[in-house]
Amino acid sequence: MLKQQRAQSVLPNYIVLTLLALFALVPIVILFLNSVKTTVEIGRNPIGFPQEIRLDNYLEAWDEGGYSNTIRNSFIMMTATIVASLTIAGLAAYALARLKLRGSSLIAFYFLVGTSVPPQLFMVPLFVMWRQFGLINTHLGLIIIYVGLYSPFATYLLRSYMVSLPEEFIEAARIDGANHWQVFRNIILPLSWPGFLTAGLVIGLNVWNEFLFAVTFLPDPSLKPVATSLFEFQGRFSRDWGLTSAGSVIMVIPIIVLFLLLQRRFIEGLTQGGLKG
Amino acid sequence: MAESIVIPKSKSQPVKVIKPGQSFWPTLGRWSFILPLLILNLIIVIIPSIFGLLLAFTDWSGYGAINFIGLENFSKLFQDAIFFKSLTNNLIWTALFLTVPIAVGLLGAYMLAGIKRGQILFRVIFFLPYVFASVVNTQIWRQILHPRVGIGPILAEYGLPFLDFPIFGTRETALFAVAFVDGWHFWGFLVILYLAAMTAVDAELYEVARLDGASRFQQFRFVTLPSIRPTLVFTILMITIWSSLVFDYVFIMTGGGPANSSEVMGTYLYQNAFQRFDVGYAASVGVMMSLWVMLAVAGFVYLRRRGWEI
Repeated sequence: MLKQQRAQSVLPNYIVLTLLALFALVPIVILFLNSVKTTVEIGRNPIGFPQEIRLDNYLEAWDEGGYSNTIRNSFIMMTATIVASLTIAGLAAYALARLKLRGSSLIAFYFLVGTSVPPQLFMVPLFVMWRQFGLINTHLGLIIIYVGLYSPFATYLLRSYMVSLPEEFIEAARIDGANHWQVFRNIILPLSWPGFLTAGLVIGLNVWNEFLFAVTFLPDPSLKPVATSLFEFQGRFSRDWGLTSAGSVIMVIPIIVLFLLLQRRFIEGLTQGGLKG
Repeated sequence: MAESIVIPKSKSQPVKVIKPGQSFWPTLGRWSFILPLLILNLIIVIIPSIFGLLLAFTDWSGYGAINFIGLENFSKLFQDAIFFKSLTNNLIWTALFLTVPIAVGLLGAYMLAGIKRGQILFRVIFFLPYVFASVVNTQIWRQILHPRVGIGPILAEYGLPFLDFPIFGTRETALFAVAFVDGWHFWGFLVILYLAAMTAVDAELYEVARLDGASRFQQFRFVTLPSIRPTLVFTILMITIWSSLVFDYVFIMTGGGPANSSEVMGTYLYQNAFQRFDVGYAASVGVMMSLWVMLAVAGFVYLRRRGWEI
């Protein structure tokens, strides 16, 4: 009797979920379909399947969009930002999770303020400062900004990993005479690598997609990352839909592949960074 | 992605008593682990933010002498029709995002929580637009909603002529069209947050509700919603903050046009700072945006003090 009442049809669930999935996916599929059509064909057939698959758009977009250069620019900034952020955040997270710091509530308050200030408030003065230091139109200048913006998030994520590590390992090492640095290097780091992977993925994704600071601090076309260069490319070829669609696909392909391979970490990192207490 | 906001819980760290024997050097040793983070944050965020606050009281152009002009920027701001248009648009944006994506997010999560098979697949699909760059998502929809090469002309052929006009280039629709594109990439993120909260709800509560003859909607209303309240309040706070900061989608799709009809504070600030070189005035817009964020954070802290588990 109980069982009968417990059984609830899941068919409505699947109908609603499928509709939502189509809403999310169809526009993306249309982008891919259009990327292999000519602009003339898109005019006649804007959302359907292509008559033939032409890859010319990709070759042309790669050259016209300067992708070999912009991908290199993006990779330089991603790598440097990830390495520097994880180093700085790893150390800070260790201190917050494992060392008895006096005034840690003060630090908590500092980061509450520091992470909720709108970028628009500090962006203009930062631009002026960077102009003084000669850091406008340099990758280094933008990397420093990204590290500053993303390491609090990484610290937060890593701290929640490190808090959950078993105390015994650390105690044992301390008894063996290891100092803070040795404990950090030999025990904390090897045990919390999933946290570092997750934080690194999220930071890499943020740098790849970031727009506001990149468009402001790197106006020089030869230094632009993929995102702002694609923006300019779309403006230059605004009527050539096949070409700009192919350019956009080039930008999302690496993200789609990585996301499908490591979806659990991406989702966890992007949704729990600011949530976990 | 918007900046993630880190809101630490003050009570999460157990307070350990510092032994009297501890000297200065070990303390410094501990602090040296966190110092790089603090210093970097000081340089990138805190110091420029203080400058930003100060510049709001000047007429600086970005070059040359800085003159303090008191509250002049703010009195100009309160008479500036474009600023009010921007502020109103941010409010409309907030209202839109607090309703539509939250409703779709709750629906998606509630449906997902009810199934086992295929849950991961749906999660991945819903989340996909969220990891795409704004420049890509805007390209997708600029084409689909284009009056000549989009779905508008096709719908018109089938007797539904409501999308065959430049939706991003019409004053009445531009803001809503941009908000739709941003919302399209955002709702999947909410699904994941709500799903995580719903998964944690005690299954027995549902059983009891079902034994009492509660319908699906009643179960949602009286079991699910109260149980996920902390997450719900958290997302409301986040959306309220992010809606005041919105920039990418508006800047890329309409640039605030046509005729400032989709202008938001973020794009208006950008325009003043980098196109009109009125840095002081731009800074005063930044101060208004900060006030909005501060109000939201203060409300959040207040609720937590009152004992809400957020």
